[in-house]
Amino acid sequence: MYGFEALTFNIHGGYLEAIVRGYRSGLLTAADYNNLCQCETLDDIKMHLSATEYGPYLQNEPSPLHTTTIVEKCTLKLVDEYKHMLTQATEPLSTFLEYITYGHMIDNVVLIVTGTLHERDVQELLEKCHPLGMFDSIATLAVAQNMRELYRLVLVDTPLAPYFSECITSEDLDDMNIEIMRNTLYKAYLEDFYRFCQKLGGATAEIMCDLLAFEADRRAVNITINSIGTELTRDDRRKLYSNFGLLYPYGHEELAVCEDIDQVRGAMEKYPPYQSIFSKLSYGESQMLDKAFYEEEVKRLCLAFEQQFHYAVFFAYMRLREQEIRNLMWISECVAQNQKARVHDSVVFIF
Amino acid sequence: MGESGRGCCPPMDLMRSEPMQLVQLIIPIESAHLAVSYLGDLGLIQFKDLNAEKSPFQRTYAIQIKRCGEMARKLRFFRDQMSKAGLPPAARSVTPSLTSLDDLEVKLGDLEAELVEINANSEKLQRSYNELVEYKLVLEKAGEFFYSARSSAEAHQREYASNLSGEESLETPLLSEQAAMDPSKQVKLGFITGLVPRDKSMAFERILFRATRGNVLLKQAVVDEPVIDPVSGEKVEKNVFVVFFSGERAKNKILKICEAFGANRYAFNEDLGKQSQMINEVSGRLSELKTTIDAGLVHRGNLLQTIGEQFEQWNLLVRKEKAIYHTLNMLSIDVSKKCLVAEGWSPVFATKQIQDALHQATHDSNSQVDAIFRVLHTREMPPTYFQTNKFTSAFQEIVDAYGVAKYQEANPGVYTIVTFPFLFAVMFGDWGHGICLLLGTLYFIIREKKLLSQKLGDIMEMTFGGRYVIMLMALFSIYTGLIYNEFFSVPFELFARSAYVCRDPACRDSTSVGLIKARDTYPFGVDPAWHGTRSELPFLNSLKMKMSILLGVAQMNLGIILSFFNALFFKNSLNIWFQFIPQMIFLNSLFGYLSVLIIIKWCTGSQADLYHVMIYMFLSPTDELGENQLFPGQKLTQIVLLLLALVSVPWMLLPKPFLLKLQHSRHQGESYAPLPGTDESLQAEANHDSHDHEEFEFSEVFVHQLIHTIEFVLGAVSNTASYLRLWALSLAHSELSSVFYEKVLLLAWGFNNVIILIIGIIVFICATVGVLLVMETLSAFLHALRLHWVEFQNKFYEGDGYKFYPFSFALLDYEEE
Repeated sequence: MYGFEALTFNIHGGYLEAIVRGYRSGLLTAADYNNLCQCETLDDIKMHLSATEYGPYLQNEPSPLHTTTIVEKCTLKLVDEYKHMLTQATEPLSTFLEYITYGHMIDNVVLIVTGTLHERDVQELLEKCHPLGMFDSIATLAVAQNMRELYRLVLVDTPLAPYFSECITSEDLDDMNIEIMRNTLYKAYLEDFYRFCQKLGGATAEIMCDLLAFEADRRAVNITINSIGTELTRDDRRKLYSNFGLLYPYGHEELAVCEDIDQVRGAMEKYPPYQSIFSKLSYGESQMLDKAFYEEEVKRLCLAFEQQFHYAVFFAYMRLREQEIRNLMWISECVAQNQKARVHDSVVFIF
Repeated sequence: MGESGRGCCPPMDLMRSEPMQLVQLIIPIESAHLAVSYLGDLGLIQFKDLNAEKSPFQRTYAIQIKRCGEMARKLRFFRDQMSKAGLPPAARSVTPSLTSLDDLEVKLGDLEAELVEINANSEKLQRSYNELVEYKLVLEKAGEFFYSARSSAEAHQREYASNLSGEESLETPLLSEQAAMDPSKQVKLGFITGLVPRDKSMAFERILFRATRGNVLLKQAVVDEPVIDPVSGEKVEKNVFVVFFSGERAKNKILKICEAFGANRYAFNEDLGKQSQMINEVSGRLSELKTTIDAGLVHRGNLLQTIGEQFEQWNLLVRKEKAIYHTLNMLSIDVSKKCLVAEGWSPVFATKQIQDALHQATHDSNSQVDAIFRVLHTREMPPTYFQTNKFTSAFQEIVDAYGVAKYQEANPGVYTIVTFPFLFAVMFGDWGHGICLLLGTLYFIIREKKLLSQKLGDIMEMTFGGRYVIMLMALFSIYTGLIYNEFFSVPFELFARSAYVCRDPACRDSTSVGLIKARDTYPFGVDPAWHGTRSELPFLNSLKMKMSILLGVAQMNLGIILSFFNALFFKNSLNIWFQFIPQMIFLNSLFGYLSVLIIIKWCTGSQADLYHVMIYMFLSPTDELGENQLFPGQKLTQIVLLLLALVSVPWMLLPKPFLLKLQHSRHQGESYAPLPGTDESLQAEANHDSHDHEEFEFSEVFVHQLIHTIEFVLGAVSNTASYLRLWALSLAHSELSSVFYEKVLLLAWGFNNVIILIIGIIVFICATVGVLLVMETLSAFLHALRLHWVEFQNKFYEGDGYKFYPFSFALLDYEEE
C-alpha cells in the first residue's frame, strides 16, 4: 500500500502523530542551549529549565541539586510522554512503540547481570536502570548464574526471549560473555525490529529501515573498535554484526579483519555516507567518533519529521529526547565540576 | 469625544480607550523595591522589558527570584503536607506578622527543617510499626498453616497406623515402612516465611518453581485488608507465604528471589509455645509504638496548624515579592548603579497616583533622592485600555475576541451592549423561553459573590462570565417574545382582545378568511388571531424579513457613521470625503431606499411588489412602474439614486490612493526643512524613525483600496442578505417550539391517559430545555456574534491594537490559579 498511507493513516495514527509533533516542538532550541552553556551553577540550569517544558518536573526539587536529579526528572518526563502515547496507541503502533524500549531492556539486563557479578546491591542497580526498559521480574535477574538460567528463570517471560536463541550457553557469566550477550541480543533485536518495520511497509519501512541500518552500522563500527586487542576471534566478531545495513555484507568482511582504528577508517571511507563522519576525525583518533556518529544520527532523526504519515517520528522523537537528556547531563556535569571549557565537547545540538 | 469629563454625566470611557502615555521612571536603587511594590498595588502601569536580550539568570535580581522560587517550593511542600493531613489552609488572617522577605525565608527554612525531621521520625516509627504489623500477620497466618499441617499430618499418621495394624493390603506402599522407620534419612527441611505483594505472587511462585526446579513447597494465605508496606509506605494487598525447601543453595536462591520481589521475610518459630509468646510480645510492642506515633502525629498536626494559619499570607507575600523582582529585572540599571530606569505605559489619568506612589515610596524608604517621573514622547502605538466593570466586561470581551481595538479608535463594545442582546432576541423571540433564561441567569447574579470565590467547571465558568449578557439577552427575548406574541408557541391576548372575530361559526377551520375586524388594532405586537391560521407563516415571514432588513441597514449605517467619527477623531479628512461619504451614498441609495420603501408600504398598506421594484430599478430604470408605484416621482428618484450609487464606486476607489501619494511626496519634501524648535534629540529620532516605517508603495496602496472598494460594494449586498438570518432563525425557533408543543404536549394530552401525559410532559420539558433553551440559545448567540463581528465591525473597526496589561498584584491571583 505504499503511497496510500495518507488515506488511512489518520484513522488511528493521526492523533498520536500530532501529539508527537507537538512534543517535538518542545525540544530545547539553540537559544536554550546557549543560555544553558552560560550557566554558573546547577540552580541556574534549573531556573532556565523551569521556563521550558521541564519546568513542572523540576520545580519541586529542593535547592542543592545534583546532576542525577536533573537527569532523573528529565527522563521521567520522557517516560510520562511515552506512557501517554503507548496508552493511546492501537496496533501496530503500540507494538512499534514497545519495540523502541527493547534496547533499554537489553541494557538493563546487562547492567543488572554485570552488577551482580561484581556483587553490587540489587536495589542500587535497579535505581540505575533506565525506566523505559523495566519489566516485572527484572530484579530476579540477580539469581541467575549462567545464561541458560538467565533465560529460563526470567527472560522467557519478557519480549526479549526470542533474541536469546543464539546465545544460550551453560558457561558461567563473566564480563566478556556478558558483553557478547549484549551484542548478540542487540543484533537479534535490531534484525527483528528491521523485519517488523519492513512488514509495516510504506513510508514507515522506508524511513525506519534507513535509521535502523545506520544504527546497525554504527554498532558494527563500535564493536570492531572495542574488540581490537581483545581475545575475540574474527569469526566471533563477524557474528555480532547485524545482517543488514549499508555495510552488510562486504563491509562486514573488511571490518572483521581490522586490527586498528586506521584500518576501520579505511574500510568505512569506501561508503560515502560515512566518509564525511570519518573525514572530521584526525588519524588514529576514536574519542570524537561517538559524537560524530551522534551528530549524524540526530541529523537523520530530524529528517524523519519531514515526511508525514509514518511511525518513524515516534522513534525519532524518543531518540532525540534521549539525546537531549544526554546533553543536559553533560552540561550539568560540566557546570557541577567547573569544567565549563569542555561544555561544548559532547553537546549535540538538535534543530 | 476623547475628553473625560468626570462630572455629572458619564464620560465616554468605553467609546475611546484611555489616553495613554509612555512614562520613564528613574528610581533610586534603595527605594526601587518599595516603589515597584506600591505601583503593583496601584496596578496602573505596564512596564516594558528593557533587558529583553538578557537571559533570566543574567539579570540583576536573579538571585532574589531564585530565593522566591525556593520559598514557593517550601510553601508548596507545606500545602502538600497539609492536604495530606487533611488540614485546609485557613482563610487569610488579618494580622500581618511578617513583612520582611528575609525573616520569612529564615522562618520557612526552620519550619521546613522541623517538618522534615518530624516526618522522618514518624516515618521511621511508622516503618517499624508496619513491620510489626506484618510480622504479626505472618505469625498468625503461618501459625495456621503449621497448625493445620500438623493436624492433617496427625490424621495421616493415625490412618497410617490403623492401616498398619490392619491387614497388609496391596495398596500399602512398600517403601513407606522403611521411610517411616528410618529417621536418620529424613531430610531437614528449612522454611522461610514472609509477605509478598499479591499482584506479584503468581510470578513469585513461578520463579521459585523454576529456580529450584520444583523442589519447593509454597503455601500462601491471603491477607484480607491491604497492608501498609514498610518500605514504600503505601497500602498494598499482600499474601503471607511459607516456602519449604531443602538445602543451602536453594535457600540462597530463595532469599535472592524474595529480595528481588520485595517480599519481606520474618523469622518464625515452629514451636507453638514460642509462637504465642512472640505474638504477645509483638502485640505489646505494637501498642507501645502506636502511642508514640500518635503523639508524633499530634505534634505534627499542631505544627501544620500553625503553618496553616499563616500560609495564605506567606503565599501571597512570596508571590508578590516574586512579581516585584520580575518587574525589577525588567528595569535597566544605570551605569552608576545608583538608580534603576523604568519605562512603561500608563493611563494619563493615573499620573498623579503614580507620582504619589513614588513619593510615598521615597518617603517610606528614607531615601534622600526623589524618584523622577517624566513623560516620553514616542510614535509607538500605545496599548488599549478600557475601564470596564463587571457588567460591561463581558461585552468588551465579545469584541476583544475578534480583535483588540486600535488605540483610541471607536469601540464597538459600547453599542454591542444593546445591539448584541437585541439581535439575539430577534432570533430568540419567545417570552416563555426568555423567562426561563432570565431565571437561570438571575440565579447566577444573585449568588454572584459566592460563585465568584469558588471554582466552577469549564462550561459553567463561561456561562457565569457572561451572566449579564445572558440577562440582557433574556430581557430582550421577553420583549421580542411579546411582540411576536409567543409563549412556548402559545398566543396570549395580553394587551387587549384580538381585533378579529369570526363572521360566522363556520370559520374554525384555521383560515383567516372567515375573520372580520371587529375592534381596534391589537395594541402591541402580533395579533393572537394569526396563530394557527393558514396565512400565519406568510404574514410572519414577510414581517420578519422586512424587519431584518431594516435592522440590518440601520446597524450597517451605524457602522459607517462610526467610521466617520473615527476619521474625525484621527483628523483624517481623506477618509471622510473619499470613504465615508461615498459609502453612505452607496449603501443608502440602494438598501436605504429599500428600507424607505418598506416603511412606506407598511404605512400605506400598498400592494406593491418590492422585489420587482428593486430588480427593475437595475434592469430597466426607465420603465413605468405601474401598480408598483408607491409614491409620486418614484421613477425619477430611482434613476437619481442609481446614478449616485454608480458614481460613488469610482469615488471610493480612485481619489484616495492618488491623494495619499500626493500627500506623501509633499511630506517628504517637508522633512528636509529644518526641524522645528523642539531641540529634544529624542523627538528628532522619533521623527526619523517614523520615516523609515512609512515606505510608500503606490501599487500596494492602490490594490489595498481596490480590495476595500470591491469588498464594500459586494458586501453591501451580501451583508444585507446576511441579516436575513434574523428572520430565518426566528422562524426556526418558533416552528420548533410549536412542533414540541403541538406534537408532543397536545398529542399526549389527547390520549387522556395520565402516564402518557406524564411521559409527554417529560419529553416536552427535555426538548424545550435541551433543544430550545440550550442549543437554540447557542446558535442564536453565534449568529448574533457573526452579525457583530462581520457585518457591523467590518465597516469601521481595525482591531489591531494590543491590550493594556498592567503590573498589578490584584491580577496575580488569576494567574496562579
